[in-house]
Amino acid sequence: MSEKAAITLTINGKDYAIAVEPRRTLADAIREDCGQTGTHIGCEHGVCGACTVIVDDAPVRSCLMFAVQAAGKKIRTVEGLASGDTLHPMQQAFMDNHGLQCGFCTPGFLMLAVGVLEREPDISDEDLIDVLSSNLCRCTGYQNIIKSVRAAAAEMRK
Amino acid sequence: MAEPKNKFIGRSVPRLEDRPLLTGRGRFAADVNFPGQWAMRVVRSPVAHGRLRGIDAAAALAMDGVHAVWTFADVAHLPPIPFRLTGLVELEPYRQHVLASEYVRYVGEPVAVVFAADAYIAEDAAEAVELDIEPLKPVMKATDEPGPFDESKRTEPSVIVKSYGDVEAAFRQADSIVTLELAVGRHSGVPLETRGAIGFYNEALGRLEMHGAAKVPHWNRDTIGRMLGRTRDDFQLFEGHVGGGFGIRGEIYPEDVIVCAAALHFKKPIKWIEDRREHLIAANHSRQQTHRIRAAIDRKGRILAIDDEFFHDNGAYMRTHAATVPDLAAAMLPGPYRVPAYRATGHIRLTNKTPCGTYRAPGRYESTFVRERLIDAIAANVGVNKVEIRKRNLLPQSAMPYALNLDTLGTHIVYDSGDYALLLDKALERAGWAKLQKEIAKRRANGEKVGAGVAMFVEKSGLGPFDDVRLEIKADGGIELVTGAASVGQGIETAMAQICAETLGVDYATINVVHGQTDRIGRGLGAFASRVTVMTGEATRRASERLRSKALTLAAELMQADPEQLDIVDGEIVREGGAGPSMKLSDLAKAKPGELIAEDSFESKHMVYPYGVHVAAVRVDAETGAVAIEKYVMAYDVGRAVNPTLVEGQIAGGLAQGIGGALYEEFLYDEGGEPLSVTFADYLMPTAREVPPSSILITEDAPSPLNPLGLKGAGEGGTNPVGAAIASAIDDALQRPGAIVSLPVTPQRLRAICAKT
Repeated sequence: MSEKAAITLTINGKDYAIAVEPRRTLADAIREDCGQTGTHIGCEHGVCGACTVIVDDAPVRSCLMFAVQAAGKKIRTVEGLASGDTLHPMQQAFMDNHGLQCGFCTPGFLMLAVGVLEREPDISDEDLIDVLSSNLCRCTGYQNIIKSVRAAAAEMRK
Repeated sequence: MAEPKNKFIGRSVPRLEDRPLLTGRGRFAADVNFPGQWAMRVVRSPVAHGRLRGIDAAAALAMDGVHAVWTFADVAHLPPIPFRLTGLVELEPYRQHVLASEYVRYVGEPVAVVFAADAYIAEDAAEAVELDIEPLKPVMKATDEPGPFDESKRTEPSVIVKSYGDVEAAFRQADSIVTLELAVGRHSGVPLETRGAIGFYNEALGRLEMHGAAKVPHWNRDTIGRMLGRTRDDFQLFEGHVGGGFGIRGEIYPEDVIVCAAALHFKKPIKWIEDRREHLIAANHSRQQTHRIRAAIDRKGRILAIDDEFFHDNGAYMRTHAATVPDLAAAMLPGPYRVPAYRATGHIRLTNKTPCGTYRAPGRYESTFVRERLIDAIAANVGVNKVEIRKRNLLPQSAMPYALNLDTLGTHIVYDSGDYALLLDKALERAGWAKLQKEIAKRRANGEKVGAGVAMFVEKSGLGPFDDVRLEIKADGGIELVTGAASVGQGIETAMAQICAETLGVDYATINVVHGQTDRIGRGLGAFASRVTVMTGEATRRASERLRSKALTLAAELMQADPEQLDIVDGEIVREGGAGPSMKLSDLAKAKPGELIAEDSFESKHMVYPYGVHVAAVRVDAETGAVAIEKYVMAYDVGRAVNPTLVEGQIAGGLAQGIGGALYEEFLYDEGGEPLSVTFADYLMPTAREVPPSSILITEDAPSPLNPLGLKGAGEGGTNPVGAAIASAIDDALQRPGAIVSLPVTPQRLRAICAKT
């Protein structure tokens, strides 16, 4: 074990002053130290994407980033998508298009898709499938996820 | 929407489950925490087969934050994990203990556990536990000669035989005999959420709790309870959100028992969350079988008999499913065809690999691949096309109900209803088969390797013997539906709410479905074998009828009316014709507190049998060995679809898993038993790039006569025939009937096949 470092994580606009070992992953810090358990851990080596969050406007695998690296950056997680009872268009599209079943991979897909569409609102269908193929889902067979993200993209462009 | 207010069955209403899951408020196993909890980490065998000579935990115990290390001596009082299904007596000596004692038998076998202040420390300490293991020669193939399991037993615990009719006579009379050897690779469900279990001793109540339960909470409560000497009153299981099941999750594993035993022993909450590498070597594998099958046929290609000998690779131990997978493979192999005489001989073999259990369409993914390959081979033998050969052999609708003369899962197999030929026609029409054949011929003439395949299957669903549902209308008008079923993410809350809503006369969104909580209902069978919509669905309908009649009787008194003249519409009790005052159910509940409660059960000794047809069109790249799926059509008759969108979701998701097993996913081992597929970088699950758009045709031509709604389960038909359909299409693309004899058809294997002339 090594010394813990005092850092502040800013998640969905709220500051969390925490003390973490340098080796602690951002995913663990978000979940365990900041109590935001909507971000899920599926593989811990950056393949499945369940832990995707948005750090300074880019989708990031939070299992591949150390918590100390995220200090001072703006972190967005699934808990920050909706405003009050109003779902983000991406969340609403997943509900409308049966884009989730067990829901474990869903926060990762939501953050991935939101992060990408905010940067590239007019992304082509082909590129979108490439982006979405960076996360794994085991329930839906992906077609309804693709449908959901396309629907949300149209809504977000409005 | 123009739908009548009370119409919910058959409508694709949005899921009740979605909002918490979309907003990060799900509560999965890893999200459960108790103050003062200890983290548990499992020390696993790095050796496939060996004699365990000693364990040195001194260095681990000396580390800061490490509370304890357990080895076999600490759990020697616990019996091996019992069988849940198909538990043949002769298999019992091969069950798994929660920690290894004298031998280790697969890489990943739990040998010790470390308890520590947090998961990071526990993992560090587990690495410091030293194991002294004398390596022994592993048995890696089920088709090799059995080896020693221990001093007195060999690695073939049992041979199961299922048969009917005079097989020998049929082969003597045959015009021709078709023989094949076929193999299905080792793959599994691999849910996105790894396993997890939290044991908590609730001192205030004197109650042991396990959180993170799934699939079969009541059975696990009773069984782990017996192992630990608890009664069903002082041990309860709690299911939160479950990140995918697919058969493998929720069975009793060693870790579940250990967290409970340790919580009881240390009086501390014990939390265990599996990592992905552990999951890929420790959670149930499935599927791996080799079949040597032959068919006796007449001149027209009609089947006279099938004789199949197969080798089922169950890995190192017999786990909770015991003989279930090979039993289902043998029992369901005949499928939708008339097979006058049949014999299956299944060798249950143990190897030094991860133990196996069920995975979505267990035994059927395997035997459908084998049967449909056989049917294609028969077509080639008599020189007719793959559609015609199926039509010649299909059971006609007039044969229904059809008793197969075989048993499985404690039931006689009787196909309850079906029109297989009709569904074949519908599927071919949806696929545009005739046009597709022309296009393929044209492209082939241009040098492309393209082809189409078809596969048919009969599924089973709705396994009994019972399910209970308890309903209560609360004072706020909300309705609570309590069931012993379980949710693994398939949408049971919505489906049950729809059945209840339509029967009772309320909005489905007012129904709160409680499942997977053993303290809320006395018994329950959980979620497996595509059983919930059928069994829990019918129990829900019955309880709803009962509650409706109770509500009307009570309301009739207050409204001074005859119950016969009252109806419930959108949660309001109204007089027929709509005249006169009405009464809200919530007001009735306030007026009659605690009285608006009803319970009912559904019992069934027989399963119900949905059936389907898949059509695939593929393009093969002989250079790279890649297979592109250009078209995929799935027709499935589910009797009655409660929520068509959810049924389609089940089928589409099942397809992705079927494609994984057909083309990509495989647990590989080296000769010494070292697992080679231990991350998502080497165990390749399909992504959005690999799963093609598909066309799904749900039909309701053959409602089940065994329940009033005509329901059949829909969970496994998307997966069952995918290996078979894709193999058939690849054969066609290569213009080499019988080219594909094993799954998965990975690029390396397909290149090798293409290179062979």
